[in-house]
Formats: sequence, C-alpha cells, structure tokens
Amino acid sequence: MKIAFTTSGDSMEAPLEPRFGRAEGFLIYDTNAETFETHSNRTNLNATQGAGIQAAQKLSTLGVDCLVTGHCGPKAFGVLNTAGIRVYTSSLPTVADALRAITEGSLKPSAAADVDSHWT
Amino acid sequence: MKLAVASGKGGTGKTTVAVNLAAVFDGPVQLVDCDVEAPNAGLFLKPEALTEEIITTPVPGIIESLCTRCGECSRFCGFSAIACVGSTPPLLFPQMCHSCGGCVKVCPEDAIFVDKHRIGTVGVGRAGSITLIQGTLDVGSTMAPPLISRVKERIDPGLPAILDAPPGTSCPVMATLKGVDYAILVTEPTPFGLHDLHLAVETLRELGTSFGVVVNRLGIGDHRVHRYCEEQNIPVLLQIPDDRRIAEACSRGELIVKALPEYRGLFQELLREVRNR
Repeated sequence: MKIAFTTSGDSMEAPLEPRFGRAEGFLIYDTNAETFETHSNRTNLNATQGAGIQAAQKLSTLGVDCLVTGHCGPKAFGVLNTAGIRVYTSSLPTVADALRAITEGSLKPSAAADVDSHWT
Repeated sequence: MKLAVASGKGGTGKTTVAVNLAAVFDGPVQLVDCDVEAPNAGLFLKPEALTEEIITTPVPGIIESLCTRCGECSRFCGFSAIACVGSTPPLLFPQMCHSCGGCVKVCPEDAIFVDKHRIGTVGVGRAGSITLIQGTLDVGSTMAPPLISRVKERIDPGLPAILDAPPGTSCPVMATLKGVDYAILVTEPTPFGLHDLHLAVETLRELGTSFGVVVNRLGIGDHRVHRYCEEQNIPVLLQIPDDRRIAEACSRGELIVKALPEYRGLFQELLREVRNR
C-alpha cells in the first residue's frame, strides 16, 4: 500500500503539512517495501486556481492508495474519492507520527471534505 | 460618449458620482452598473422593475459514450476545470472554467460538447430619462469579466453611457474600462486614497484612456492627493466637501442633487468638464 503525506520535508521526521493542494510536496511511503520517495508540489503550490484538483490527479497518477493531510476541500476530495484514494485528516506533528497512527488504526478515513471550497 | 467612473480604493464615492452625474444629464442617459459583485446604483435610481436576462458562459459537457478516458482534455485545461482519474468519466468543475474552448478542440473523440453554466443576470430598467443596465453576478461565481462584457453589450451606442466600475485595478475593472472614451477617478484626500489613486492612474495610462480626478470628502486627510495631481498634470474635475448631510442622504438611498439641491451646480459643472474632454 502506498500512503501519501503532505510535507515540506524529505524525511519521516518532517512535519506533516496541514494544506493539501498547496503543500510543498508529498512523501509517499510504500508499506510493503518500507521505503519512501518524495515529490515536489511546486507547480500546484503556485497555481492561480485548482491546486487541490491538480494535486489529487497527481496522486492518482502516482498510484497512491491513501492520503494523510491536515485538511481537504470539496473539489480535491471529489477527485480523490473518484480516484479511489482514501483521505485521512490529522493534526499530528510529523509524517512518522501520522504513519504510526494509520498503521495502528487510530486514524479513520474521512467521508467528506472537512473544509469549505476557496471559490464556491 | 462612454464615461467610466472608477477608483483604486473602494468606498470613495464612485456610485455617488455616477448616479448624480446621470441625474443632471439634460437628455436620456444610460447608467451601466458594472460592479457586478455588488451592484448598488439601482438603490439610488429606484428604477421600475428590471427586465432580467440570465447570463451563461460556455463550459464543457461530456458525451460519456464517446469518451475513452484518454485525459487529453484534462491535461490541456489550464484552469483545472476538468479532472481525469481512473476509468470514470472526467469530473467537471464548471465554476473553474474560463471558456477557452480548448478541451472541445483537443478531444480526439469529439466527446466534448459546449454546455452552459449560469454566472448571473443582466437587468435593464428605466428611472425617468435614465436607463439602468445592471449586472448581478451569482453568489459563488467568480466570473465577473464575462458578465461585465455582456452588460456592456446592452449599451445603446447612440446614447451617452456612464459606467460605474468596480473598485480596484483587477480584471473586472479592465473589462469595464475597455473601450471607454474618458474615465473619472474618484478618490479621497487620505494616504489610502492616494496610494490606490496611484494604481488607478498607472492602469489608465497603460490603457491610454484620458482621465480626470474627483476628490470626495474634501476636508479630511491631507493635501497629498492635490499635490500629486498637480505634479502629474491630472485635472481635478470636482471636489465634494465632507458634508455629513451628503452621507445621510446617501444612507437613505437619495440622490445628492435632489436631497441637497445646492450641490446640483457642482455635478452640472462636472458634466460640462467631462463633455469638454
């Protein structure tokens, strides 16, 4: 299983970033191989609109199974949901903490966006 | 003659100047409310019932039976209005669409048709010899410029028109100022007024539109706006004193030229000034 975390860092101790569409980047952890890789989200970070939609499509392309982030809006949630990516929102401080929580089962997948849209 | 009333700063008195100027016209005139996010000229003009037309913009629609989920449309779209993930039909976000039509062209299967997305209304109504043309953007829609263009299409080119612009210097203001003959910039003699007047002046110079300044609420603030206009050779067309009675009349939705007839001459003078330019 591949889990994406929003973060500005490149290690498991990096902080979990609360924003999804405009996160600095994604750390994608592979639970089978127990390895991770990082992907920059710079282009979406500076997008005038639709950052969440683009970021969601990117995660779909990367073959991610679930996402752990701080907050997720309705458009991004719609795309992630259609792509079959489960969304977990968490305010835990680091990627490692969030990974522990998800593997222990203390994080529950979201049924809907937890914040309002920026536009409509 | 197409005359725009604009400002950098919000709340300087654009609508006050626009509606009172319209009220001192000696013949038929059109008041065009281009501040589609918050149209308020009608509060002062009190027109008869407006005849409203629903305004839509072209957006993509998907013919699912033809769509192969190739994703070309989504990759082309610069506004994230189409998302393609997995094997489901593309997800559409019409509120993000800027109506460029690119998705229709790049779709190799002709699976995209032109659908309509409502953005607001244009209303037309009469108040004596003034025809009010008013755009109203739907709550939640961000597409002010295309609606403003549709508002301006309703202008009768044979009659003078006063365009009440939105505040600021962004796209909706550009959409309003495009094609006008002259612009009146309303400001107040405060540091904020001066700062935003600066931006408005730069905008108009970029557009090559001639303009003059109306200083509203004369008596507050300082003299820097006047000094700036003098240095830049910008004509000050009218100065409206900071008179509490004007604010009271405005708060009741009254025209200054009717509630306080002593100010009628000021607006007639402004009309003469702009007609000579």
